[in-house]
Amino acid sequence: MTEGLKLTVDRRSGLAVLYTDGYINNQGGEEIARAAYELIDQGYTRLLLNLHGTKIINSIGISILIEIIERMLQIDGRLGFCALTPTIEKTFHIMGLAQYAGIFPDEAAAIAALAPGP
Amino acid sequence: MSEQAILREVRLLLPMAPDMETVASQAATAVAQYAGLSTDQIDEVRMAVTEACINAFEHSRAADKTLELTFTVFGTREPERLCIAVRDRGVGFVPERVEEPRIETKLKAERKRGWGIKIIRGLMDDVTIRSGADGTTVVMCKSR
Repeated sequence: MTEGLKLTVDRRSGLAVLYTDGYINNQGGEEIARAAYELIDQGYTRLLLNLHGTKIINSIGISILIEIIERMLQIDGRLGFCALTPTIEKTFHIMGLAQYAGIFPDEAAAIAALAPGP
Repeated sequence: MSEQAILREVRLLLPMAPDMETVASQAATAVAQYAGLSTDQIDEVRMAVTEACINAFEHSRAADKTLELTFTVFGTREPERLCIAVRDRGVGFVPERVEEPRIETKLKAERKRGWGIKIIRGLMDDVTIRSGADGTTVVMCKSR
């Protein structure tokens, strides 16, 4: 019925950016989680989810993102989100995600805040 | 203030099947556009409708496996308010007994779900939930 989420990962020095394209439902959320856990296993402790290509998300998908936040807290890492639609950003605030993950207007601002210092 | 009339009413019968919430979301978008809501308001409506559908799919245990949505646009001369009723004929629940999810608790909990009603209430102007042995109806409204 709906096309699956397309996910692209860009590994950079000390930080990885995950680009989503499409609906983040349970399958989409699980795909993001798989990629995030793989990056964590590879030693990445700072992850940025760029949601520019996602216009709709549901609470099941967000619940899986909460699992990733939990994992990042366990490893003392940092997770950020950028390029959210106003509604997705509002939803994250309603749920309280902004207390545990950075929400940034764009990728440049997110990287400036998340990237490890020199 | 003059009483608002029904300017348009659209009904949709959905099978409770995977991804059917996206059909409801598309219908919500079309009616919300007719109602003259802003782009951000339309996004909020479609997300709230998506959540109401998912809640019904997952929890209603409706024998007929069907969800009925009614989109009603109210106004005097022009559209002023959109209300959406999402009705199932499932087992019902007691809304007051549903614990409000908190992120602090969910982060430590095994089950991280249960956000639907909180999201709907946060995105829409007015939300009413009627539930009993003959099913549940969630009515959510947004004004221009």
